[in-house]
Amino acid sequence: MTIAINILSILLIVTGLFLFLGASVGLVRLPDFYTRMHAAGMGDTLSALLVVLGFAVYQLHGFHDIRHDWPVLLVILKLLAICVFIMVTSPASTHALMDAGYEEGCEPLTKEGGNALKEDLARTRGEDTHDSEEDSLS
Amino acid sequence: MLYRVLIFCLLFGTWMVFSGIYDVFHLTLGVISAACVTWMSSDMLFEHRDFSLGQRIRQGVGLIGYLVWLLYQIVLSNIDVLKVVLFPGGMKDVEPSIVKFRTGLKSEFGKFLLANSITLTPGTVTVRIVGEDFYVHALNEKAAAGLNGEMERRIARVFEPDNAFDSLGSRHS
Repeated sequence: MTIAINILSILLIVTGLFLFLGASVGLVRLPDFYTRMHAAGMGDTLSALLVVLGFAVYQLHGFHDIRHDWPVLLVILKLLAICVFIMVTSPASTHALMDAGYEEGCEPLTKEGGNALKEDLARTRGEDTHDSEEDSLS
Repeated sequence: MLYRVLIFCLLFGTWMVFSGIYDVFHLTLGVISAACVTWMSSDMLFEHRDFSLGQRIRQGVGLIGYLVWLLYQIVLSNIDVLKVVLFPGGMKDVEPSIVKFRTGLKSEFGKFLLANSITLTPGTVTVRIVGEDFYVHALNEKAAAGLNGEMERRIARVFEPDNAFDSLGSRHS
């Protein structure tokens, strides 16, 4: 039983660390700000989740009898709560960075016609200036 | 009133898990804090108060099912992004684009959940939501192809069961 717990938790933690390695390599290799955010987001979600789950599995070592060892279950619940908090907050921060980057004029590296947001913004801003011109004429 | 009791129970349950000390003093502190938070800010947690408790429970179960499916999708797209990042020739697969699509979801919470799910899935990040238009930055064609409305349909099935989904998948880049 202890061996099974050890193997499972080592497997989860090592997989998580490997994904973190992938995220770090992606952070260096990918070409621009936005694509690098994808790599960073990858590190945030699954790798952190797997490492924390590995900790939760490792906690089962202290669990033999529910009457004495129920605090272990509380620790596992707290670790799962960390997972939930990561899942809720990490996309919010990624999204905030992306939006701030776009607001600041950081151009995404896209192929020709691959940027729907830029086209739409140009169109609405063009319409806005057009309207104001008409207003000033009348 | 029903919702206040529900929120109090949720808060007090959280207290019990995080404190771990079950004597009279600490439990009394927990009751007082949970009651204070319920009294001050109970209107912040649930949006539509006219739903019955049964509907809420059904939504909760549906949300758990959705999260399991989402976790599976996250694993799949993690493997895709990892391939792009780690393999020597992977960089030629990077063709970032900003894709626009229109959602059929009506509620704020549904849109929030969709945007967060898209961001959680590696390879796609929601950049901006304007009204019902989502602007999503995708790492490559394969990641963009994942935005085919499947996620949206599952969210609608849980949170907007009376929302008829016909004209979805009208994605144009």
